[in-house]
This record gives sequence, C-alpha cells and structure tokens, in this order.
Amino acid sequence: MSILTYPAPVPPGSPVQPIPAIQFAGGPLALHITHKLHAGFPSPAADYTADPLDLNQYLVDRVACTFLFDVAGWSMSGAHIVEGDKVVVDRSISPQPGHIVVAIVNGEFTIKRLRLVNGAYELHPENPDFRPIRFGDGEVLEVFGVVVGVARKML
Amino acid sequence: MSTQPPGPAGFALVDVNNFYVSCERVFDPKLRARPVVVLSNNDGCAVARSNEAKALGIKMAAPWFMMQDLARQHGIVALSSNYTLYADMSNRVTDVLRQYSPRLEVYSIDESFLALDGLAGLWPSMSDMGQAIRHQVLSWVGVPVCVGIGATKTLAKLANHIAKRQPQFVGVCDLSILPPTEVDQLLAKIEVGDVWGVGRRITEQLARLRIRTAQELRNAPLKAIRQHFGVVMERTCAELSGVSCLALEDVAPPRQQIVSSRSYGERVSGLREIEESVSTYAARAAEKLRAQGSTCGAVHVFMETDRFKLDEPQYNNGRTVPLPEPTDDLRVIVKAAMWGLRRIYRREFLYKKAGIMLMDLAEGQARQGTLFGSGVSAMSSAPLMAAFDNINKRFGRDTVRLASAAGPHRWAARFEHVTPHYTTDWKALPRVR
Repeated sequence: MSILTYPAPVPPGSPVQPIPAIQFAGGPLALHITHKLHAGFPSPAADYTADPLDLNQYLVDRVACTFLFDVAGWSMSGAHIVEGDKVVVDRSISPQPGHIVVAIVNGEFTIKRLRLVNGAYELHPENPDFRPIRFGDGEVLEVFGVVVGVARKML
Repeated sequence: MSTQPPGPAGFALVDVNNFYVSCERVFDPKLRARPVVVLSNNDGCAVARSNEAKALGIKMAAPWFMMQDLARQHGIVALSSNYTLYADMSNRVTDVLRQYSPRLEVYSIDESFLALDGLAGLWPSMSDMGQAIRHQVLSWVGVPVCVGIGATKTLAKLANHIAKRQPQFVGVCDLSILPPTEVDQLLAKIEVGDVWGVGRRITEQLARLRIRTAQELRNAPLKAIRQHFGVVMERTCAELSGVSCLALEDVAPPRQQIVSSRSYGERVSGLREIEESVSTYAARAAEKLRAQGSTCGAVHVFMETDRFKLDEPQYNNGRTVPLPEPTDDLRVIVKAAMWGLRRIYRREFLYKKAGIMLMDLAEGQARQGTLFGSGVSAMSSAPLMAAFDNINKRFGRDTVRLASAAGPHRWAARFEHVTPHYTTDWKALPRVR
C-alpha cells in the first residue's frame, strides 16, 4: 500500500519527526496527498508496458472445453509424456489419426495415440512394454478429448 | 414442417439435464451405467437424480436415510454435493452459451435465458440454433442440455419442460413456431404447478377455481387472476399467451438477503459451540456481502432443534438485531449476532441447525454517519476488511478469523461421499493411464 511508503525516511538526527503511517491511514487528506504526489521523472517506459507472459494463454486456447489430467504410468514415455505430467485436453477438437487422445476404455481414462489401421481405429501406447488397444465389431471407441499440451515441473 | 411465419423474437431457456449427476459422470464414466443421486449438505436428502434413480421412484428432496434399502438393492451410488466442481462446470456451460447470444441471463447454476431478438437471420430456424447449442455443450463440456424456445420467458421455460420430457422433440422445443392447436394440446397436458412462478399454495387455490393445467391458466381472464392473486400471477398469465412482461436480467441484481447456515453434523447444546458456528457462518456471509459491495442494516440469527426427532423436545427461534449504522464490518456483524443468540438460546435443547441472515442490504458507499457510532471506526474498517478478504482468498478460508469463530473446518458441513475437485485443484485432477 502506498500509504506505508510515505513520508520518505528522515535523515538520522533530523528534528523533523515522521508522521506515523497509522495516522495517515486515518484521514482523507493523507490519501489525497499520496495519490497525487509523483516525485521525480516519469518512467519513459510507461507507454510501452505489456502484460507478463502467461502460461495459461500459451497452453489453453479455449477455457470452456479444456480439462487437465494427471498422467499415471509410462505407456506414453516414447511421446515424452510421463508419470506426474499434467496434460492439457481440449474437447472441441475432433480427433484425427495421429493425435494423442484421452479415451474412455472400460470406464477408465487412458492416454494413447489414435491410429487408423486397416480401416479400424486403435489406441497405441508409445512404449514397447505396452500393447495397443483394439476394438471388436460393435465396440465403440470413445474419445474424451485431444491432448494439446503437457506441463511439467522439473524440481 | 410448419409453414407459419416465425413467432415474435423471444427467449431460449437452456437447462442442463440432472446437472449435478451429469457433472459427476463426466469425470467418472463408470457412473454412467448406474443410478446416481447427489445429496444435499450433510448428506441429508437427494438434490439431483439420474434418470435411472428417478425410474426407481426416488423423489426430489427424499431423505437419504429412508432410501438405504432401495439403494443397496439397486446399487444406487450416492454422492455428496461437490459444489466447487458444479460451479466450474456451470461457468463452462455459460461460456459456450455466450457464443450464441450477446444477451444472456444466468438464472441458476444449471439454467440460462438467452435473448433471441436479432438472431433469427443467423439460423434456418431457432430450433437449429437449439440443436447446435445441445451439440456444442455436450461435446465441449460433456453435459447434456435441453433448449426451450418461446415468445416469453415463461413460455421458454415451459418449452424446456416439454423438451425434457417428450423424446419426439429431441431436446429442443420451439413453441413459437408450432401451430396454435398443437400448443393448446401441449399446454393442456402440463399441470399448472409446473408453470414458472406458480407455487404449491397458488396451485391449490387455482384448483378451487378449476384451473388445473397451463392451458386453463392461459385462458383464464386476466382481471380475475389479478384480483385473486395479484399482479405477479397476472403477468405469468399474460406471458403464457405470448405477451412478454419479464425482461432479460443481464445484470444480476444484488442480493437482498444473504443467508449462511448449516445443519450440524451432530447435534450440539452448548451456547459456546453455537456461537462459534454462527461466527463462522457470519464470516462467510460478510465475505459475500463485501464481494457484492453492499452493507447490511440488520442481522438475523436463528437456531433450531432436529424436527425429525419427534421424541425430543422441539424449539426454534430467531432474533433480528438492527445495526446502529449500515456496515460490512465482520466485527460489528458478529457482535450483533452474538447479542441476538444469547437472547434466544435455551440450554435444555439439542440443536441441529443455526445460522445468520444479513438483511436490509444497501449499496456500500451510501454510508450515513450516526451521532452515536458503533465504536468501530469506519475509517479503519474498510482496509482491514479488504486485507481480511485478501488473506483468506490467497491462503484459504479461515486463515484469519475472529476469535469467536471456531478452528478451521470444524463447522463445515459434512460431505462423506464427495468426489474430488477435478477442475479446480492441482492435487485432484482426474488420472489418466
């Protein structure tokens, strides 16, 4: 709060005593002064300020349809998505072969790459220890959303 | 298809089907195959039911403890209310709806009115717009909605009621393009109590006048309705025949009262405990009061025993305490509340619920000085309360509180079966393998 920075520090030994900040907070006069007083030269950068970078803006195009998931396990390690990563999932994008998607299989969420193999959609892990998920006739592959980003802290 | 000219530009009401249950099912797909109910605060009664639960005969507001057998028999899943999740999902739905109309009124957590004037040229028909909304909300947010369209808000609400219950409409009903005979038939099948604004008492009174359906209410003489029920019902009646009386409220009017109360997890008898709980509720209420920039002129406190325990002595009482000057200062509000509580408290009872209501709300700046102030300086009050709110916002509820309030969460409602805050808490994100 600007009230606390006024008045300027008094040099040691000066006979002038600073007015305690608490008194300043009390009266409209003090507020008036602190808001009007601009000591010194105005900043030459004032007309060129910009908002700081925002990772939300970078990762999320549409807030209403974007959901974050917590990655468990290593089935997508080949795609550089690993345990503990937060993946950004957009439900407005229609899934295409080649997209990494969050799909619903047996009532559970799974993250895999969507592939079209001989006319049938399959979900492929990117880790040789895991097997692709294939769907029989009449089975429905349900995609929750398309993975559009990943966020990870290193420390 | 009807060849009639489109009706006058009106309103659409978009309403999420079984909203709370639908939200839960987005993040736990296994719930889709099972009957689900969501329970009120303290897991008291059902406030949302899946279609399967409705089919099993579970009624709205049915007390949960009376349904245990049915639940076990049919594998009904009961969840506590996850209001944090529902509020986030509600905002997402609203975001989508704003793409369709520049004027929107959020009517409740799961319903919004859209003004349709000027939009007719953008769509082959308003029903097409309704279908586009249904499709987009389902694919973007994951919850199903129904759309009702009509010349007035009351008709839009009614159309929504029809869209929800009659599958042939495929989720969208536009009453303004249906031939009058068909509208008549539809209205004749709707009980008058299902009309927006017609409560249970009025329904009974209308029945005595042989008005039992929406159609009969629409056809009733306006003058008689006004004489019997006043101008509000007259408006409802006019709205049913297509005369728009209720405008879209784009800007929500500030609330006239703010209530904060909970049922206790277990019953309490000591005055000290009741004071602690009411002080905690007062903090919530005062926070809301300041958030909407209002002051209150009076504080009402109340306490009651458990009215379902028929074998125990019953007591409920309240006291309104006028304040010396309008304020948003928690210290003044709590002081008044404690004064009121001590006057109505009687030690021989076991209390189930207590709470506080802030009344006589006014715009914050209209502060009138009084000769005999409350002893709390208004000058120091505003920055102090702002700091109070900021700290609690940043570090979590009840980080700072008055000494009269209890420890953190002690008086929070009981949520035994609550799902994680999937969309608002880093530690609660849904897991994907």
